[in-house]
Amino acid sequence: MASFLLILRRDFRLAFRRWSELATPLMFFVIVASLFPLAASPDASQLRDAGSAVLWMSALLSSLLALDGLFRSDAEDGSMEQLILSPAPLGLIVLAKILAHWVVSGVPLLLLAPLIALSFYLPADALPTLIIALALATPTLSVLAAIGAALTVSARGGGAIIGLLVLPLTAPVLIFGTRATELAVTGASTLGPLYLLAALAVFALSLGPLAASAAVKVAME
Amino acid sequence: MGPGQAALVTGANGSGKTTLLRVLAGMALPAAGAVTWSGTPVNRLDPLQRADIAYQGHLDGLKKELTVSENMAFYSTFWSGRQEPEELLEELRLNECRDRQVRYLSAGQRCRAALGCMRLKPAKLWLLDEPLTNLDARGAELVAGWLTAHTTAGGLAIVATHQREQLVQAASVEIEL
Repeated sequence: MASFLLILRRDFRLAFRRWSELATPLMFFVIVASLFPLAASPDASQLRDAGSAVLWMSALLSSLLALDGLFRSDAEDGSMEQLILSPAPLGLIVLAKILAHWVVSGVPLLLLAPLIALSFYLPADALPTLIIALALATPTLSVLAAIGAALTVSARGGGAIIGLLVLPLTAPVLIFGTRATELAVTGASTLGPLYLLAALAVFALSLGPLAASAAVKVAME
Repeated sequence: MGPGQAALVTGANGSGKTTLLRVLAGMALPAAGAVTWSGTPVNRLDPLQRADIAYQGHLDGLKKELTVSENMAFYSTFWSGRQEPEELLEELRLNECRDRQVRYLSAGQRCRAALGCMRLKPAKLWLLDEPLTNLDARGAELVAGWLTAHTTAGGLAIVATHQREQLVQAASVEIEL
C-alpha cells in the first residue's frame, strides 16, 4: 500500500512538472467539441440531438490521446526496469499510475464537460447525470487505454495503434454513456445505463491492471 | 560463483555483455537453458525475491523532471532502503546539484545519481552494466569501494565493463565473452 501511494505521489508531481502534456488532451476535447457545430448546423434542436454523441466521442478520443504515453516515459528512461525489479506487485504499480493519470486528466474533463454540454443546448437538469456517467465511464476508458499503451510501449508511433486496439473495445462504454445522457435529456430514469457503466468500471478496474502489467512485462522482455 | 564474490564481464562491443545481464535480471529470455534465483526462474520471481536483484543498465532510471534528491528519496522509500540518501549524496559529490532537475545534470552527474539510486536498494545481487562509462577517476574508485564492501558483506555482483583495470581489484572472478 505504501508503494501504491508513493507511485501516486511521484506521478502527480511529474504531471505538474510537465503540465503541457496534460493540457493537450483537454484542449483537444474542447476544440473537437466546439468545432462540431461549425461543421453541422448551429440550429438549437439539431445540436441538442447530436450533443451527447459529440461529447462522448470527443471524451473518448481525448482519453486515448492522454494515455498514449502512460508507460512510455518510464520505459524510455529505465524507470520501468526498476519498477519491475521492485518489492511491490506490478499490477498495483500499474493501478497507481492509471489512477494518478485519471485524477489529473479525467477529473478536469468532468469539470469541462458541463460547459461544453451547455453550448450544445443540453438542458441543465441533464448535467448531473452527464457528470456521473462520465465519472463512471472515464476510469474504464483509462484502463482500456492503459492496456493499449502497455502493449504498444515499445512500438514506434504507438498512438495510432492504440486507437486500433482500444477503440473497438470502448463500444459498450459509448453505448451506455450516450444512452444515459439521452435519457437524462428527455427526463426519463437513467439508472439502468448508469448501473451498467458502474459494473463495467468495476470489471475494468479489477482485471485491467493485471492485463496491463502482464503487457508491460512482455514489452520489456 | 557464490555469495561474497564479484565477477567482471569483459568483451568486445556486441559480444553479449548487456544481453547476459538482462537475461540474469529476468528482463530477457535465454534462448536455451534457465536462469534461477533461489530455485525460481528469474522471470517468475515473486516481488520480494525480485527486490533481491539490483540492475543498473544503460538507462539510468531517473525521472528527468524530478530533482536528484527527489529521485533518491523516491527509490529509498520505494525499496525501503537502509542507507540514508543524505550520506550517499555527500559520498557521490552530488550535494551541490541535489535540488537541480535531472535533465540539467551532466552525463557524469546523472550516472552518479543513478548509481546512488542503485546503492539504496538493499539487494543481494548487483548487476551493473558499464557503471564507469561516464564516471571520473574518483567515481570509479567509489564504485570499486562499493563493490568491495558489498562482497565483504556477503553480496554477489556481476559487472560488465570496458574499464577492467579500475575494478579488477574488487573482483574475484573474470569472465571474457
